[in-house]
Amino acid sequence: MAELTPFQTVGPFFAICLGESGCARVATEHAIGRRITIDGTVSDGAGAAIPDALVEIWQANAAGRYAHPDDHQAKPLDPNFTGYGRAPTDDEGRFSIETIMPGRVPGPGDSLQAPHLVLGILARGILTRLVTRVYFDGEPSNADDAILALVPADRRATLLARRAGDDAYELDLVLQGHNETVFFDV
Amino acid sequence: MPGANYRRPRDDIHPPLDFPGYRGTSLRHPRQPLVIVPQTISELTGPVYGHASVTDGDRDLTNRGRGEPIGERIIVEGRVIDEDGRPVRDSLVELWQANAAGRYAHRVDRHDAPLDPNFTGAGRAMTDAEGNYRFLTIKPGAYPWLNHSNAWRPAHIHFSLWGPSFLTRLVTQMYFPGDPLLALDPIYNSVPDPRGRERLIANFDLSLTEPERALGYRFDIVLRGRHATPMEARHG
Ligand SMILES: [Fe+2]
Repeated sequence: MAELTPFQTVGPFFAICLGESGCARVATEHAIGRRITIDGTVSDGAGAAIPDALVEIWQANAAGRYAHPDDHQAKPLDPNFTGYGRAPTDDEGRFSIETIMPGRVPGPGDSLQAPHLVLGILARGILTRLVTRVYFDGEPSNADDAILALVPADRRATLLARRAGDDAYELDLVLQGHNETVFFDV
Repeated sequence: MPGANYRRPRDDIHPPLDFPGYRGTSLRHPRQPLVIVPQTISELTGPVYGHASVTDGDRDLTNRGRGEPIGERIIVEGRVIDEDGRPVRDSLVELWQANAAGRYAHRVDRHDAPLDPNFTGAGRAMTDAEGNYRFLTIKPGAYPWLNHSNAWRPAHIHFSLWGPSFLTRLVTQMYFPGDPLLALDPIYNSVPDPRGRERLIANFDLSLTEPERALGYRFDIVLRGRHATPMEARHG
């Protein structure tokens, strides 16, 4: 078996936002579904903003299908929606994601997962990518989600984007300390 | 579930999140343990890139200005495979690096070394049907950083790959053989397994050189592979 290439930090000087593969909006104006904005912050163990992080998200479309050849579900694809976005944080550690509310996708066993995004964080000082999920506060199906159920109850709130308006959500990604975001080993 | 699950990496493959020698990790690593979760369709899929957006010119970092960048031209070529030796085909490879003087064309790089108007230091390529990629660039210079007194990063090129899923994502750095700074570099030495560290060093390869033009280095990359047969998530 070939041995894996090890991870290394992305460092402070990344330049991986080129052209179409770059920091575009996840949803173009023609994407189907409920348009939402997630305004987020990334902060460290001293509560300081992290101004040099790169946040990457991957999600299903409004129907609950991934734009990927291994998703064989009989649900419609949306040609105007890739499900992928990346956003660098600004000097105040903020980022913003314009997307659509993802549909529900299959989970372990016969379960359905609650609407969610998978999210990776890269930055100087992060040697191996941090992986988490974003769920949506007030979504009734959160109670049945098999992945959320594996998270200690008193920490689940760190994975919920807070409602800040009809279609606006807020999210604090805390890498360390009080209200530390739950990160996953997948 | 779309096919088999990915193997979990051995503990000594990737650097730990808390590595005291690299000061930047001290406030940026979670103190709570990672929560182990099963792989679902959300992780077994991932971004797919179209060929259309990546052009042949994107893999030549020496053609961005009016003239040629200063420095030693090099070819960086390699093959991207998974742990089972299968080629990772039609996959995006991105790289970025400092110029020959050790300076990034980046707004937050304050190193007092010259910028090169003919070098942006960023490129990208798609792997072919065999998983091969190839870049033409210039050899980056070492640069100082503030991690500890008289700290210098060895010459390196940053690489970013997605592979076929969210779980095959890899961001790493390629180093050059024989660099005396490697032994002193906490980022390189954060990889626990010495053989893992060696895999981050490109091999000088005379067969890849273009005579009278550019020296050649080979940097092969291995992404996570899947179990042989589909299986129910072990932690489900
Ligand atoms: Fe660097």
